[in-house]
Amino acid sequence: MSEIKKIKNLKEFSTSADRFEGANLLCPGCAHSIIVREVLNATNDDLILAASTGCLEVCTAVYPYTSWDASWIHIGFENGSSAVAGAEAMYKALKNKGRLKQPDRTPKFVAFGGDGATYDIGFQWISGCFERGHNMMYVCLDNEVYANTGGQRSSSTPIGSSTTTAPAGRVSYGEKMMKKDMMAIMAAHGAPYVAQVAPNKWKDMVAKIQKGFAAEGPVYINAMSACTTEWKFAPEDTIAISDLAVDSLVFPLYEIINGEKLNITYRPKNIIPVRDYLGAQGRFKHLFTKQYEYLIDEWQKNVDKKWDYLQRREEASV
Amino acid sequence: MEKKGWDGFEIGAMLRSFDGATRDIATTLPEDRPYSQSNSFTASVADWRIEKPLFNKDYCIDCQFCWVYCPDMSIISRDKKMVGIDFDHCKGCGICVEVCPTNPKSLLMFAEQQDEESAIAEWPKKDTSKAKEEAKDE
Repeated sequence: MSEIKKIKNLKEFSTSADRFEGANLLCPGCAHSIIVREVLNATNDDLILAASTGCLEVCTAVYPYTSWDASWIHIGFENGSSAVAGAEAMYKALKNKGRLKQPDRTPKFVAFGGDGATYDIGFQWISGCFERGHNMMYVCLDNEVYANTGGQRSSSTPIGSSTTTAPAGRVSYGEKMMKKDMMAIMAAHGAPYVAQVAPNKWKDMVAKIQKGFAAEGPVYINAMSACTTEWKFAPEDTIAISDLAVDSLVFPLYEIINGEKLNITYRPKNIIPVRDYLGAQGRFKHLFTKQYEYLIDEWQKNVDKKWDYLQRREEASV
Repeated sequence: MEKKGWDGFEIGAMLRSFDGATRDIATTLPEDRPYSQSNSFTASVADWRIEKPLFNKDYCIDCQFCWVYCPDMSIISRDKKMVGIDFDHCKGCGICVEVCPTNPKSLLMFAEQQDEESAIAEWPKKDTSKAKEEAKDE
C-alpha cells in the first residue's frame, strides 16, 4: 500500500479494474466518466470520494442504484470539498490516537465537482479547504456550463458561447464575460500542486493525478470535460474535440508547484487555429456570421496572449 | 431487492455496492466481485442504443485506446488484450470506433439488430487507396 501504482504504458494501464460502474445515466459520449475512470484507476489505494451536485452526482446515484465501488458521499451543491475535508480530518484524528482499524491502509481523499460547483457555488468552501491545508484532491470537471440543469452560463463559460441564460441572437453574441482563471486562484492559495488536465492526453493526466496523490496537502485538478449536449457536437467526437481544444491551446496543459513554479507539460507539435476549435461546436455557430466574426480574432488574440504568458512564466520559473 | 417509494426510504439509509465482505476491490476483476442488487453494474442501458459497436479481432493490435476512452467501462480488456464489448452497459456513443487506429478499423458501428457473423463477413477490406497514390507519385 501507499506505493505509487506503476503505469508505464496503456497496456499496463488496461489491467486496472474499474471502480466506477456502467449503467450510470451520463449522456453517451460524456467526458465526465472518462475523467473519473482515469483518476480512480491511477491508484490501487482505498478511496474516499465526494461529489458536489452536478451531472456526475445525479447520474451515478439514482435510487436504487449506485455506480461507485468506493466510499462515496453527496451532501449539497457547494460542499463536496468540505465533506471530504471532514472525512480527512477524522482520519487524521483517529490515526493520531492510534484507533484506525486498518492502519496499514492509506486512503486517498478525492472530491469531484462540476465547474458550477467549483467556480461559483462551492468557491468559498474550496478556498477554506485549501487554506486549512487538508490532504485531499479536488477535481473540477470543467465543461464550462451548468449542463445538469439545462445549460445556464457559469463563470467558467468562455466569451461568445451561446447558453440558455446568455443566448446568442440578433442583439447579443451570447456570453459576454471572460472565463475565470481558476488555476491562478487556486495556485495563489499556495497549494502544493495545481494542474490542468485533459482526458484525451491520458498519460499526462495520470502522471499529474499520481503527482497529486503523492503531494502532501490540498491538490487542485482542473479537468477539461467536453460536453456533447451543451457544446453541441456528436457523441463520438468527444476525444476529437478534446484534441482540438488542447492543440489549439484553448486548454493548455500545465502544472503549478507550490504556487510558485509553473511547468508546461504538453506542447502541441502543430498548433492549430482557434477557429477550428470554435467551428467544431454548435455553441459557437453564430460566431461564423458577418456580424460576430470579429470575435474569432479576439479569441485567437486572447489564447496567444495566455500562451505567451505561460511560456514566460515557465522560462522565468515563477 | 424490494423497491420503496420516496416516502418509504429511511433517513440515513445506505446503498451498498457489494454483498458481503470485500477487500482490495481495486485489484479484483468484475467477474470476481460480489455485486449487490443496488450496484448499477446489475442494471442495463442497452436500450439506449440504436447502433452498436462490433469487434473484429483479426485487425486488433491491442493498443487499448478504446479501453481508456470508453466512457461506460464497456470495453473488456484482460491481460493487456482486448477481449470484447459489454453490451449491457454500452450506450453506443461510438468513441471506441473513432479512436481505433487500425486500417481497416477493428471496431465498427452496426445497426442494433445486425448479428455478429454477418457483420464480420461484410467487414471492409484494408483501404489501399492511399498506398496506391503514394506508389504513383514515386
